[in-house]
Amino acid sequence: MAETRKCQLLVIGAGPGGYVTGIRAGQLGLDTIVVEGDRAGGTCLIRGCIPSKAIIHAADRFEALRQHSTEGGHMGLSIDGGPEVDMSALVSWKDTIVDKLNKGVEGLLKAAGVELLNGWATFSGPKHCTVETSEGPVGIEAENVVIATGSSHIDLPFMPCDEEFVLSSTGALDLSRLPKKAAIVGGGYIGLELGCALTKLGTEVTVVEGLDSILAIFDKELRRPLEIWLKRHGVTVHTNALARGIEIKGKGASRKVELMFEKEGEEESIKVDNVLVTVGRRPNTKGWGLENMGVRMDASGRFIRIDSQCQTNVPGVFAIGDVSGEPMLAHRASAQGEMVAEIIAGHPREFDKVAIPAIVFTEPEIVSVGLTPSEAEERGEKIVVGKFPLVASGRALTLEADRTGGFVRVTARESDHVILGVQAVGSHVAELHGEFVLALEMGALLEDVAGTVHAHPTITEAFHESVLKTLGHAIHTT
Amino acid sequence: MAKYVFKLPDIGEGVVEGEVVQWHVGIGDTVIEDAPIVVLMTDKATVTIPSPTSGVVSSVSGEVGDMIAVGSMLVEFDAEGVSKTVADIEPVPESGAAHEPESAPTPAAKPTPAPTSIPAPTPKPAPPPAAPPITTAAKRTDGRVLASPAVRKRALEAGVELGVVSGSGPAGRIRHADLDAFIAAGGDVLGAAPAAFSTSRTGVTEVKVVGLRRKIAEQMVKSKSSIPHFSFFEEVDVTELEELRQTLNSNRQDGQPKLTFLPFIMLALAKIMPEHPECNAHFHDGEGVVHRHAAVHIGIATQTERGLYVPVVKHVEAMDSWQAASELLRASQAARDGSASLDDLTGSTFTITSLGREGGLGATPIINHPEVAILGVHKAREMPVVRGGHIVVRRIMNLSSSFDHRVVDGADGARLVQHLKRMLEHPAMIFM
Repeated sequence: MAETRKCQLLVIGAGPGGYVTGIRAGQLGLDTIVVEGDRAGGTCLIRGCIPSKAIIHAADRFEALRQHSTEGGHMGLSIDGGPEVDMSALVSWKDTIVDKLNKGVEGLLKAAGVELLNGWATFSGPKHCTVETSEGPVGIEAENVVIATGSSHIDLPFMPCDEEFVLSSTGALDLSRLPKKAAIVGGGYIGLELGCALTKLGTEVTVVEGLDSILAIFDKELRRPLEIWLKRHGVTVHTNALARGIEIKGKGASRKVELMFEKEGEEESIKVDNVLVTVGRRPNTKGWGLENMGVRMDASGRFIRIDSQCQTNVPGVFAIGDVSGEPMLAHRASAQGEMVAEIIAGHPREFDKVAIPAIVFTEPEIVSVGLTPSEAEERGEKIVVGKFPLVASGRALTLEADRTGGFVRVTARESDHVILGVQAVGSHVAELHGEFVLALEMGALLEDVAGTVHAHPTITEAFHESVLKTLGHAIHTT
Repeated sequence: MAKYVFKLPDIGEGVVEGEVVQWHVGIGDTVIEDAPIVVLMTDKATVTIPSPTSGVVSSVSGEVGDMIAVGSMLVEFDAEGVSKTVADIEPVPESGAAHEPESAPTPAAKPTPAPTSIPAPTPKPAPPPAAPPITTAAKRTDGRVLASPAVRKRALEAGVELGVVSGSGPAGRIRHADLDAFIAAGGDVLGAAPAAFSTSRTGVTEVKVVGLRRKIAEQMVKSKSSIPHFSFFEEVDVTELEELRQTLNSNRQDGQPKLTFLPFIMLALAKIMPEHPECNAHFHDGEGVVHRHAAVHIGIATQTERGLYVPVVKHVEAMDSWQAASELLRASQAARDGSASLDDLTGSTFTITSLGREGGLGATPIINHPEVAILGVHKAREMPVVRGGHIVVRRIMNLSSSFDHRVVDGADGARLVQHLKRMLEHPAMIFM
């Protein structure tokens, strides 16, 4: 057995939870080691949020170019010939962004005086693990451990991903050829974000969803503009449809994959170039010795049980991010990581956030912060709701953001006007969420937003107007 | 479309039936796998049963208040998918903070008009906000007070519970100035305004005895009618223990909870139990056998907003005082906030009931069936005591106890309490 190292803090996983924990711990002077089995950055940076946003942006550009190559030129702008997609070049461009961010994370950890150890950690006790590095095994004994192992794509056992015909989200972000036709099994946010991007790039997309609607986590009003966009862009959506299996057909370059699914008791099938499976994500709780740590799972048995300080039942062992429960979002993991580093450094902290924002980068984009009107009513709140459509926003018209039927909707308590939640749908609305979530954390009242001057012409005016509407004096809508 | 009958799975050791507290689904509802379908109250805990499959509910068994036996039909689905086997399903204890966007039932929402037209209906303008009451801060929907993150952080660092600070901001929001004033005033809490008593009162409120209340009622009747209780009282001089406690508390490290008397009593009990095995036992009526336990799992009777719970601190015999204090705090907090698991609420071999500040002089605690003994702890207070012919001031705590006279004789019960008294009066013995 090789050396055994000792440290104050051992972080397992260098995703958005783990690397943030590491940097903050380094700033606070804790002797910290971060162990990562793949590349620093985690799912978010390497094969999730960031690469998908790069491809979505490229798809937007492509769609815009196409608008100017037909119909004699949209807006009076025209280009000669149609634009072409070189998928492998697009993926390389995306990879340059990922590489830059990966190097950035490594640099930040180093600057904070934190050691990044590459290798697979296996725990033999709550605070003892062995890391298989390229230079042999390294034992680590830590005073405190932060588990930030994240989550993985869920495979369907009867059609496992081969990343050639049947793709996970990871494979879909590394395509070498743009599929002419693609089927997406699972109409959640991951599938639909990629589905919208592929559609814009010219792929004929079919979505197969088991529930009675796509994006079932959102209410009908929020989903509606997306459903209309999909319909208008020729995306076929099968709801209440369950995938049954696949078969590879044909030979050589003309090989296709046939997806069988059951809808309303009928067997149906479609032939496509790729099937993308996006049926959810599963916390990474196996394969690294969690069972040797004595850490308790939550009541569902899926996640590690944590308290409001992200502590597990084992003193000095913390869990953050996707492995510690819903919502499985990068920014929750980062916020937990920052807090845990401070707790370990001796500061009193607790995770007392009013809201964790959720954003879906489909076309149009969907943002939800805090409670929806129906959630507020379920909690017994008497509410007032204000909605402002983007068709009434001058800035939205100049950006053609009105075309996707978006709106901003605010929900507040009727008695004292405390804002309880804000949702928005529309092109370019993702960046509005910062103001929404700040309003919630600050305990803002409708009057606080109404009394704040919003610059003209911007889409942020829509939030101001939705608030004015709840107060009965909206200016630009009736 | 296949019918799929979902039977009530085995939801915990020794649980044979559950009372329906709340249905999350009705006939005709579409349910997705893992979405909550029903909340059941068992002898031990409230559990939410998740759906084993996705499908449409075609039939449900039982109304709210009905008992459902393990293994009998709970819900019938027109299942869409390959269903999991029953064995895969684990019960989910009720938690107020459950946050499961993926499995939440689709909220009903009104259809939206076509997105190209401006929606016509104008919502009723909200009336002006009510004047904030000056003594209470406004609440967030999760029950916390309204304050900015910076104020919350400062309060946490200053050790101020924001719930008792009055907010002068709009809607009672707590501002930095409010916190400054609170700290400057030495943390005084504003008293509630006296209620008016000038009118005679006539109303009668009906309160249904269901759910946990009914369980408590049944459990009490079972204990009191099947167990011949005898009770025994003693007073303990805890002056030395109090000194030890204060010393330990003043030297405690960050993150360690403040020690109360309870962890010491728990440790003392765990230490002496091997000499009183008849008191750390289970006696199931009708079996004719007493199970004496080597492990000391102490149940702590805990009053919660939902009623009486008994979270359990397991293996006290293997703990030090800080561990006992931490686990006591965790288990009772879990019981209070509803996050306690079935494991947290079962398995006790001996129970302590402590009313803290409401402690009083004595009580006749009811034994937590099938245990055979229970200890009541009362408030310690300074008393004049005669020592060597002089009156001295000592800190005295009363202990009450009840024992199952079928299997514990009076002398045995008294022996346990006297032994405990010796340990507590000479606390060094607890640690020797």
